[in-house]
Amino acid sequence: MNFFAELSLKNLKRKPLRTFALSALVALLSFVLFGGTILVTSLKNGLDSYSARLGADVVVVPYAARSEGQFEDVLLQGIPGNFYMSSSKIDKIANVEGVDKLSPQFFLASTSASCCSASVQIIGFDPDTDFSVLPWVNRKYGGSIGDGDIVVGSEISVTTSGKLKFYNVECNVVATLERTGTGLDTAVYANMNTIKQMAKNAKELGFTFLDGVNVDKSVSAVMIKVKSGYDAESVAAQINMAVTGIRSGSSTSYVSGVAGGLDNVSGIIGALSVMIWVLSVVILGVSLFAICNERGKEFAVLRAMGASKKSLYKLIIVEISILSAVGASVGVILSGAFILPFGAIIRRSLQMPYLVPEWWQLALFAVAAVVISVLTGVIASLFSVKKLSKNDAGLMLREDA
Amino acid sequence: MVVKAEKISRTFLRNKAGTNFFYAVQSTDFQAESGEFIEIVGKSGSGKSTFLNMLAGLLTPTEGKVYIGNTDLYLSEDGERSQFRNENIGVIPQGQTGLLSLTVLENVLLPSKIYGKCDGEKIVRAEELLKAVGLYDLKDVYPNELSGGEMRRMAIARALIMQPSVILADEPTGDLDEENTALVMSLLKNAAKGGATVIMVTHDKDALSYADKVYSMSGGVLSEKTA
Ligand SMILES: Nc1ncnc2c1ncn2[C@@H]1O[C@H](COP(=O)(O)OP(=O)(O)OP(=O)(O)O)[C@@H](O)[C@H]1O
Ligand SMILES: [Mg+2]
Repeated sequence: MNFFAELSLKNLKRKPLRTFALSALVALLSFVLFGGTILVTSLKNGLDSYSARLGADVVVVPYAARSEGQFEDVLLQGIPGNFYMSSSKIDKIANVEGVDKLSPQFFLASTSASCCSASVQIIGFDPDTDFSVLPWVNRKYGGSIGDGDIVVGSEISVTTSGKLKFYNVECNVVATLERTGTGLDTAVYANMNTIKQMAKNAKELGFTFLDGVNVDKSVSAVMIKVKSGYDAESVAAQINMAVTGIRSGSSTSYVSGVAGGLDNVSGIIGALSVMIWVLSVVILGVSLFAICNERGKEFAVLRAMGASKKSLYKLIIVEISILSAVGASVGVILSGAFILPFGAIIRRSLQMPYLVPEWWQLALFAVAAVVISVLTGVIASLFSVKKLSKNDAGLMLREDA
Repeated sequence: MVVKAEKISRTFLRNKAGTNFFYAVQSTDFQAESGEFIEIVGKSGSGKSTFLNMLAGLLTPTEGKVYIGNTDLYLSEDGERSQFRNENIGVIPQGQTGLLSLTVLENVLLPSKIYGKCDGEKIVRAEELLKAVGLYDLKDVYPNELSGGEMRRMAIARALIMQPSVILADEPTGDLDEENTALVMSLLKNAAKGGATVIMVTHDKDALSYADKVYSMSGGVLSEKTA
C-alpha cells in the first residue's frame, strides 16, 4: 500500500472519536441524500404509473363520486368504492364532439364476508371497447378475459389453486399485473358479465349498497379517448355541459392534486438536502480546519523528513475520503433500511402513489449519494489544504504537538 | 556536501516602535565543508532555529541564497526541494517530533517510506540505529509511551536513516543525560567522519568539545567563536 494511504489509515485509527464524529456527519448527509432521492423518485414513479394506468384522456364519473373524490380514493389508496350512473349516459357522451373511443367500467367493492376471498375493489371492464386496462393486462397475459376470468393487482395474494371467490362467483386468476404503487395494486379486474353476476349475487345475499341500482343498466365510470387535435380539457368541459348528473374531468385533473403534492414533497426534500449539505460543508470545513491547525507540527515533521506539500494534501484528502466513504456507506445502508421496507406506510401517510424504483436505479442512487458525500468531505477539506499551502513548514514546526 | 548561506535574512512581523517587523536572522554568510562538525550556540530567541530551518529548506529566507552542494535550494519548486531534502539532509527539528500514529521503528523508517525506498536494507539499518541509540527494545512502542529523551534519540536515528550528506540538528541533546549525550554526539561525530556536514544548535556545554568550529548567534547575527 502507498505510504500516505497507510499513514491516513493509522491516523484515523489513532483518533477513533474524531473519526467517528466526522464520519457520522457524512453519514447523516448521505442518509438524507439517498433517502430523499428514494422518496422523491418513488413518488414520481408512482405518479407516472398512476397517470399511465389511468390510460384515458377524460374520465366521467357520477357527480357525487367526483365531488367526494371517491374515484381518486379507489385509484390512489385502494379504498373500495361503489358509485353508479345510468348507462344511458354513455350514448349521450359518445355524441359529444371530440370523443373518439369510450369504454365503461363497473366498480364493485367486495366484503370480508364468507362469500368473498378478500375485501378489495373489483373493476369490471368491457374487453370489446376497452383501451385503458387491456394494454396493461397484455404485458402479462396475451389471452382473452373470458367469463369468470380475473386479473389481479400485484398486492393481491393468490392461493396455489389460482382461484378467488367474490360474491360466490368462483374466478380463475389468469394474470397478476405489475406494481403501480397505487390503489390499483389491490384491485381485481373482471369482464362485465363476471362483475354483473357478482353484483346480482350481492343483491340476493342482501347487501344494501346496490339498493335502487339496476345492475344491468348501470356503470361507474366511462373512460374516454379524445380524437387527435382535440384538447382533453375542453372535451371534458363539453361533456359536463351536454350531460347531466355526471362529472367529467381530464386525466390530468385527476392527477394534478397528486402532482401538486409531489411538488411539495420534492420541494421540502430538496430544501432539506441543500440545508444538510451546506451544514455539512460548514461543520466539516470548520472541524477539519481546526484539526489541521492542531496537526501543524505533525505536518511540519513530515515536511522536514522530505514530504512535499502535495503529498500532505494527498494525506489530508485521502484521510477525509476514507472517513467519508465509510460514513456515506453507513448512511446509505441505514437510509435504505429505514425507507425501503416501509413503502406501504409512506404511501398511506402521504396519500400519494408510491412506486420504489428498480434495484439498479437504487444502486445508482446509492453510488451517487456516496460520491456526493465524499466530494463534500473533499471540498470541506480544501480550506485546510489552502491554509497548509500558504505556510512554510518551518513556521509550523514551532507549533506544539 | 558544502552548505553555504549567502547573506540570508529572515524577518517576522512584530509591532515594535517604528516598524512592524524585525530581523530574526540578519544578512548572514555561512559556509561548512563536507566532514565538518559545526556547532551554533546563542541565547534563546537569537535566531538559531530560524537559521537552521532556512538551511534545511523549510523556511524561505526573506533575502539571500542557500546552497547545498551545487543546488540553489530555494530556486527549485517545493516538490523537487522536498525530495532533495529527503535524500540529502537529515533534519532533527527542535522539540518533540515523533509521529504519534507510527511506532518507533516506523518513525525511524519514515524518511525512507516517503518516496518508497524502504527495503530490507533500510529495515536492518533502522534496527541498527535503534540499537545504537538504545531504543531497540522499544521499537514497536508508540511515541506517546516514550520519555522526552527517548523521543529525542528516536528523532536522531530517524535523521540518520537515509545516510544524509548534511545533518541539521536543533538541540538534539536537549533533555539527555550525560551518557546519552555522549552517545548521540559520537553518532553525529561518526557521521561527520564519514563525510557528512553536521551543523548542530546546542545549549549544551558538554557537547562543545566535539565541534570543529563553534559559532555564536546573537540578535540574528552569526559570528565564529575563537576558542
Ligand atoms: N513564526 C514566527 N513568527 C514570529 N516570530 C518568530 C517566528 N519564528 C521565530 N520568531 C522569532 O524570531 C526570533 C528567533 O527565533 P528562533 O526560534 O530562531 O530562536 P532560537 O534561537 O532558536 O531560540 P531557542 O533557543 O529558544 O530555540 C525569536 O524572537 C522568535 O520569537
Ligand atoms: Mg530554537
